[in-house]
Amino acid sequence: MTQPVISVNELTVEFVTRRGTLRALDKVSFDVARGEVLGVVGESGAGKSVTGSAIIGLIDPPGRIAGGQVLLSGQRVDNLSPDAMRKIRGKRIGMIFQDPLTSLNPLYRVGEQLIETIQTHTALNAADARKRAIALLDEVGIPAPERRIDGYPHEFSGGMRQRVVIALALCAEPEFIIADEPTTALDVSVQAQIIALIKRLCKERGTSVMLVTHDMGVIAETADRVAVMYAGRIAEIGPVRDVVKQPLHPYAVGLMGAIPSIEGDAERLVQIPGSMPRLSNIPRGCAFNPRCSKAFDRCFVERPELIDVGGRQVACHLYDQSKAPTGQNPTDKAEIAA
Amino acid sequence: MSDEPLPVLPPSRMARLWDSDLLYSFRSSPITVVASVMALVLVLAAIFAPLIAPYDPFDPASLDLSDGFSRPMQPNEITGKVFWLGSDGQGRDIFSAILYGSRVSLLVGAASVVFSLILGVALGLVAGYVGGRTEALIMRIADIQLSFPAILVALLVFGVARGLIPPAAQEQATLLVLVIAIGLANWAQYARTVRGSTLVEKNKVYVDAARLIGLKAWPVMLKHVLPNVAGPVLVIATINLALAVIEEATLSFLGVGMPPTQPSLGTLIRFGQQYLFSGEWWILLFPSLVLILLALSINLFGDWLRDALNPKLR
Amino acid sequence: MLAYILRSLMQGLVVMLAVAFIAFSMFRFVGDPVVNMLGQEATLQDRAELTERLGLNDPVPLQFARFVADAARGDFGISYRQGRKVSSLILERLPATVELAVLSAIFAFVVGIAFGVYAAIRRDGWLANLVMSISLIGVSLPTFLIGIGLIYIFAVELRWLPSFGRGDTVKIGWWTTGLLTVSGLKSLVLPVLTLGFLQLTLIMRLVRSEMLEVMRADFIRFARARGIPERRIEFRHALRNTMIPVITIAGLQLGGVIAFAIVTETVFQWPGLGALFVNAVQFVDVPVMSAYLLFVAFVFVLTSLLVDLIYVALDPRLRSGTTALAK
Repeated sequence: MTQPVISVNELTVEFVTRRGTLRALDKVSFDVARGEVLGVVGESGAGKSVTGSAIIGLIDPPGRIAGGQVLLSGQRVDNLSPDAMRKIRGKRIGMIFQDPLTSLNPLYRVGEQLIETIQTHTALNAADARKRAIALLDEVGIPAPERRIDGYPHEFSGGMRQRVVIALALCAEPEFIIADEPTTALDVSVQAQIIALIKRLCKERGTSVMLVTHDMGVIAETADRVAVMYAGRIAEIGPVRDVVKQPLHPYAVGLMGAIPSIEGDAERLVQIPGSMPRLSNIPRGCAFNPRCSKAFDRCFVERPELIDVGGRQVACHLYDQSKAPTGQNPTDKAEIAA
Repeated sequence: MSDEPLPVLPPSRMARLWDSDLLYSFRSSPITVVASVMALVLVLAAIFAPLIAPYDPFDPASLDLSDGFSRPMQPNEITGKVFWLGSDGQGRDIFSAILYGSRVSLLVGAASVVFSLILGVALGLVAGYVGGRTEALIMRIADIQLSFPAILVALLVFGVARGLIPPAAQEQATLLVLVIAIGLANWAQYARTVRGSTLVEKNKVYVDAARLIGLKAWPVMLKHVLPNVAGPVLVIATINLALAVIEEATLSFLGVGMPPTQPSLGTLIRFGQQYLFSGEWWILLFPSLVLILLALSINLFGDWLRDALNPKLR
Repeated sequence: MLAYILRSLMQGLVVMLAVAFIAFSMFRFVGDPVVNMLGQEATLQDRAELTERLGLNDPVPLQFARFVADAARGDFGISYRQGRKVSSLILERLPATVELAVLSAIFAFVVGIAFGVYAAIRRDGWLANLVMSISLIGVSLPTFLIGIGLIYIFAVELRWLPSFGRGDTVKIGWWTTGLLTVSGLKSLVLPVLTLGFLQLTLIMRLVRSEMLEVMRADFIRFARARGIPERRIEFRHALRNTMIPVITIAGLQLGGVIAFAIVTETVFQWPGLGALFVNAVQFVDVPVMSAYLLFVAFVFVLTSLLVDLIYVALDPRLRSGTTALAK
C-alpha cells in the first residue's frame, strides 16, 4: 500500500485561556491516501476546522499543537521552523477557505494575487507566470480569462470568486488540499458546481482533499471516505457508502438520521437530544455519553479508542469485541444501529 | 461507583467579584493599578485641599513677599520658613497652590464632562431614534466637530461668551463659561456611540412589537439602549476627563481660562513660564508634573477600561 | 465615481455655508459692530451714518448674502483692535502658519506611519512597547507643556535652538519664508516638533491598530496559506489595506492642523494666524475671529476633498461605482 499523503497521529490541539486549557482536538488520528477525498463532518465546534488549520500550520495563539504528529508523505511537518513550514504551504499543502469575498484582497487584481503565488513557488518570470495564471483561470471555468485576470475581486460573482480561490490554492500544484466549508457561503445552485470542480481538478492532478463541511449531502456525493468528528475526537471514520448507509457510532446514527431525504418513506427526522458539550466541559469517558441512548457503565469511565470494524473505525465501546457488554450481541450491527 | 465530591458552597459575592473578568484584568495589569491609585490620590488630595494644604495661597492677607522665591525644602533666607515645593514670587506656597489648583482643574474638567455627556447622549439618542434629516444633520455636525481641535471650539465659545457678557460679570462667569466651552467641544464622541447603539436597537423586533401593542417605542428602547451604551460611554467619559483637564489647562495657559485669583493648574503654569529663563524652576516644574500625572493616570485607567469592556477582546 | 466626487464637493459647500453663517452671526450679534468701530464716545449721528454705510439696517438674509459675497472676494472687514483690514492681517501671518503646519504634518505623517507599522509588526518587542508607551504619554501631555519642555532643554540648557520667533525670513513676493535661512530653519525645529508630536502619536496609534486589525483578516490568512512570505504580506497586503482608513482619518486630522497651531504659536511667540486668533479672542475682535474661522473651515473642506480624491484613487471598489455586493 502506498504511503498516505497525510498521516495524523494522536494530534492534540489546545487553547490556553484564563479559564483553563481547552482541548479543541484530543488525540485525533487518521490518514488520507493519495488521490483520496476525505470528508470531515460534525457540528460547529467539533474540531473540523481546527484539524485543517493544524495540518497546514496556521493555528493562531493562544492555540497550539500540544501533542501528536502530522506527517506529509512520511515527513513530519508539525514541528518545522516557520520558514520551512511556509515553503510547504501552498506548494505542498493548499487550503480553501469558506468565504470567497473575504479570502481575496479587495485592493489587488485577481491576476496580481495569482501571479504573486505562482512566483513565490516557482521560478517563472512575470510573463510566464501570467500565462500560467490565465490558463488556471480557464481551467477553473472563468470565461474570457485573459480579460478577467485584470479584474478586481468585487467584480466577480460569489461562485466566480470561489473558482478564483480554487485556482489560487492549486496554482503551485500541492499534493494535498484542505477545503474548509468551500460552499457554505455560496448559493445552493452554485454549490454543486464548485464541489464538482474541486473533485474534477483534484482527480486530474492526483491531489488528495480533506473536505470539511457540515453538509452531509456534499459528502455523500463527493467523498471517498468520511470522518465524523465530535467534541474534538473522531467518532467514526470509513468509506462513505458504509458510514452513511449503515452508521455504527450512535452519534453518526443520529447524524445520518437527521438528514432529510426526498426519496423513500417520509420518516420523522431523528433529533439527538441535548447538544455537543462545550470544550471546557467535556464529559469523562466517551464525550457522547450524556446524549447516547446506548451508553453503559464503561462509557462513563473510559474513553473509547478507534476500533477496526469491517473496513472502518469506530470509537465506541459497543464494538469492542474483547469486552462485550452483557446482554448485547456486538456483531448484530443492524440491531444496534436501529 | 465514583465518590461523591464534598459539597462545595457557591463562591460568595465578594469572591465572585474578585474573580470576575473585569477585576482580574485589573489586578493583572500593574500599570493600571498604579495609575488608578495615583489618580485616586490626586483626586482625593484635590477634594480635600482645604484640609491638607498648609497654607491658603489665595488669601492676600496671609501672603508675605519676603517669603517669595523660596527653594523647595530649604529654609527661606529671610523668614526661615520651609516650603515643601518652594514658593513663588508673591510668597505663595507652591504645594498649597497646586492642591487648590488641581481642585479647580478637576472641577472644571468633571463639570464639562457631565455637560458633554448629557448633551452628547441626548443628541445621540435623538439622532438614532428620529433618523432622517435630523439624524443626518446632527451626525454631520458631530463628524466635522471631531476633526477640529477642541481648543478652537472652546476658544470660539469663550470669545463669543466674552462678547456677550458685560465686563463686570466676566470674572465670576469664567468658570461657567469654561465648563460650557469645553463641554460643547467634546460632545461628539458620545453622540456617535449612542446613536450607533440606538440604531441597532431601533431595528430590533421588540420595538415593533411594542408599537403594535400600543406602547410608545422610545421608553422601551431607552431601557435597552442605555445599559448597552453605559460601558462605552463610561470609557469615553474617562478619557474625556483627561482631555478636559488638559483643555482647561491649555485655555488657562493661553490667558483665556481661570484667572489668577482662582487659578487652575494651567494658570499656575502660565505664571511659572516667566521664570523659565531666570532659574526659579520649581514654580513651573511642580504644577506641570502634577498636571501630567493627573492626565496620564486618568488616561491609563481609561485605556484599561476600554480594553476590559471591549467584548471583542474577551 | 463622479457622483462620489460631486457629493464631496456639495458637502464641502454646505459646510462652508454653515460656518459662514456662524461667522456672520458672531459678527453681527456679538457686541455692537458700530460701537466697536467708533468707540463709546461717538455721536448718535456718526453711529447712524456708519450703520447705514455698513448696511446694518437691511434685512438679515441680505446682510448674510453680502457677507458671503465679501468673504468670497477676500474682504473680511476691519479689525476692531488693530484698525487694519483683516485680509491683510491674515495674508501677513499666513506664511508663518502654513510653513509650520505643513512641515509638522509631514513630520507627523512620515514618522507616525513608520513607527506605527513597526509597532504592529513587532507586536511584543521591547521597542514596540516603548514606542506605544511614549505615545500614550504623548496623548496625556498638553501641547504647551511639550513646547515649554523642548524650550527648556534645547534653548535654555543646551542653547542649540532659539526659543521664540521665526528667525530671519526671506520675502518672496508676498510670501515670507523661513526655509531659506539657517536661523529660520533653526527656529522651525522646535515648533514643528511640538505641533507635530500630538498628531504623531495619534497617527502612530491609528496605524498600529488598523494594521493589527487588517492582519486578522481572512485574506491575510489565505495569503499565509498560500505560502506568501510574511514580510511581503505585511508590506504589500496589510499595509496597503491599512493605508485607506489611515489616510482618510489622518488626512482629516491634518486638515485641522492649522487650528492646532494656536497653542504652539503662543508658546513660541510664532507670528502666525493662531496667535492672531488668541489675541482676537482676548479682545473680542470679532472680524478677525470670524475671518479665522472661515479660513480654517476652508482649509478643512479643501483637505477633505483631497482626502476623498485620494481615497477614490486607492480603493478600486469605489472606482467602478458600486461597492462590493456579494452575489
